[in-house]
Amino acid sequence: MNWVGLYNYWIVIFLMMTGFYIVVSQGNLVKKLVGLNLFQTSVFIQYISMGKMPGGTAPIESSAPAVYSNPLPHVLILTAIVVGVATTALGLALAVRIKQAYGTVEEDRIREEDRNV
Amino acid sequence: MAKRLFIFLTLLAVAAMFFDFASHFRPADKLSPLAEHYVAEGPQELGAANLVTAVVVTYRGLDTLGEVTVLFLSAAGVGLLLAGRRKREDAEPQEDLHPSSELVQTAVQFLLPIAMLFGVYIFVNGHLTPGGGFQGGAVIASGTLLLFLALPNAKLHHGIMGELESFSGFGYVLVGLLGIFLAGGFLDNRFLPLGDFGRLLSAGAMPLIYVLIGLKVGTELSVVLERFKGE
Repeated sequence: MNWVGLYNYWIVIFLMMTGFYIVVSQGNLVKKLVGLNLFQTSVFIQYISMGKMPGGTAPIESSAPAVYSNPLPHVLILTAIVVGVATTALGLALAVRIKQAYGTVEEDRIREEDRNV
Repeated sequence: MAKRLFIFLTLLAVAAMFFDFASHFRPADKLSPLAEHYVAEGPQELGAANLVTAVVVTYRGLDTLGEVTVLFLSAAGVGLLLAGRRKREDAEPQEDLHPSSELVQTAVQFLLPIAMLFGVYIFVNGHLTPGGGFQGGAVIASGTLLLFLALPNAKLHHGIMGELESFSGFGYVLVGLLGIFLAGGFLDNRFLPLGDFGRLLSAGAMPLIYVLIGLKVGTELSVVLERFKGE
């Protein structure tokens, strides 16, 4: 068993479950977005960890011969980070509008307001 | 209580799916054939030292165009959602926000040019060192955030920001089209000379594309930040 050597993946599981827990248990929309971002970050760490070759360096060509890590996860995660920023911005903008319309970003109070209408 | 138990069980189940990963993962001892091709042939073929940039900008350039489009759509969506805010609050004129303390203001005066310069450095060197258009753009936007922290009433010049953003987006597609006519295909960087490997002006159109992307991302995110601040 190589548990200590795989600590990246334990961090991934911890972060992912933390994010997931926040998303399902919190009623506050902004906190939900924070949870989603935590979850996302854990996926980023997982992909980058998987792309690492034993003894590999960053995939930037240098004069000294070297083993390079797999550049494809880096590319995928670069895209994922940008899309993550875009969705976070849009989600926060929606939260701002919901706050204006309902006066709150708590889910249960939003539902209450809806029922009263 | 039942809900909490259910949440806990779900968490356990999802964690169990990843347990095998964390206990038995074996890193690959060989790159996949595609990655091997990029690593072995990329530098000679495209002239970029940073292989990630080579893949992002040229090999999978079309995906990056899509990525820029996603960012643009999200910025447009934020604008659409937050644009109506001003009119409703106009009934009573907004009080000016308090400016920050002198300490913050002085520090920002000092840091802002450095942050902007660092952003430009990151995207200009995107084909040689870690970094690139998106990262440099994000650093520029964080410079804008610093500005708003120090001077909450500061305003961006919308004309200039809009022009710069449209110009860089248009330029990006134009460079891509030039690739069709002068080189191998859409977004091919080889219609400009590849130059000496590892120099600032090398790797064909790659620095040009990353400068355009950096400008576009920087202006776009800055405008998004200003929208959130409430103009």
